[in-house]
Amino acid sequence: MSYKIAQIRLVSSHPEVYEPCDDSFALVDALLSDRNNLLELKPMLCMEVGCGSGYVITSLMLMLGEEANGAQFIATDINHHAIKVTQETMEAHGVYAELINTDIASGLENRLAGSVDLLVVNPPYVPTPEDEVGREGIASAWAGGENGRSVIDKILPVAEKLLSKRGWLYMVTLTANNPSQICRQMMKKGYASKIVVQRSTVEESLHIIKFWKDNDIEADTNDVITNSKAVPLGIVDSVRSQIQRLSFWGSCDINTTTN
Amino acid sequence: MRLLTHNMLSSNIKGVTKGFPLKIEVEKVVEKQVEINHDFLRNIFPKIDWKAFSDAARTMGYVELPEQAPDPSVLESDLDFLTKFHHALLELHLEEGALVCPETGRKFPVNKGIPNMLLHEDEV
Ligand SMILES: C[S@@+](CC[C@H](N)C(=O)[O-])C[C@H]1O[C@@H](n2cnc3c(N)ncnc32)[C@H](O)[C@@H]1O
Repeated sequence: MSYKIAQIRLVSSHPEVYEPCDDSFALVDALLSDRNNLLELKPMLCMEVGCGSGYVITSLMLMLGEEANGAQFIATDINHHAIKVTQETMEAHGVYAELINTDIASGLENRLAGSVDLLVVNPPYVPTPEDEVGREGIASAWAGGENGRSVIDKILPVAEKLLSKRGWLYMVTLTANNPSQICRQMMKKGYASKIVVQRSTVEESLHIIKFWKDNDIEADTNDVITNSKAVPLGIVDSVRSQIQRLSFWGSCDINTTTN
Repeated sequence: MRLLTHNMLSSNIKGVTKGFPLKIEVEKVVEKQVEINHDFLRNIFPKIDWKAFSDAARTMGYVELPEQAPDPSVLESDLDFLTKFHHALLELHLEEGALVCPETGRKFPVNKGIPNMLLHEDEV
């Protein structure tokens, strides 16, 4: 059965806003493949950080549809053009999310702590010189600094803070971001993880990773992983081996396609 | 921006300790009808700072909410209350105006319904 998602012809655009691309499609596919689980989760507050064109948040609202049972949606972007484009994209599809022009979730972190049940992020993940990160214009949509991790590493602690106990995070990563290291790091905070979608293009190998709080993993302040059951470790191991098995190194040279 | 969001936003300027609630300066309010969902209202109720919410509603010109947080039992039985709570939380939009930091007076503009919480370099 196929569900409704955003239609490309109704997605608005602007020269300085990231257009839906392989990574956006992979993230929406990951959400689609998990749709039934998402409905069972019954999220109350859903959020996207870095909404860009609005393709992902619009698709999420459409695929959950009526069954979302009153769930509310919030999206942020640091680029005000992206916020405007997202607003147009949502209007064209007849859906509504609250939009905030901010850095990651700045301003929301205190009051929204522990309340977000579903967080989706397609961050700027392309390895670039550090000084390209967060620059004005379209570059900030992909420029991720060293190993593409600069923005990701800022988002993860915010995600942990915002997620509710039963909350899920879906995040796009590139092989160069060292996703298995991200999973290990999140495991220290008590999160299990798995790859929902893996996709290789000529340019890059993308993984959509899902994180969720696993009570069997005890977050440990000494950075020592303690777990009462073997399952969560196994999950991370499986993530690692999947990544090794499926990925290859591509040149992530997005610049050539945009110059 | 709806009052649900207002209730979740604080001033993020460096050195500000609480930064909540943000004062609302109203230039334009619009109303957009949405379907009521009782489950959502019941679930979100405990997360709402009632004083900030009812004050904000009054600033936006809606005076029907009780000033004190009502007993949660009204969520089960009182349809009239649920309707008002829903209207104030999800149907009133600050379309144009500003959010003002309660500690520094710094204004965060709201244009076309979008709050701009971006900070200047010396505020981070
Ligand atoms: C790779 S694009 C993804 C856009 C869209 N979500 C999609 O999947 O098509 C990354 C987005 O994150 C935004 N972004 C970059 N740094 C950010 C930050 N610090 N806070 C919020 N958004 C940010 C960019 O403006 C851009 O829109």
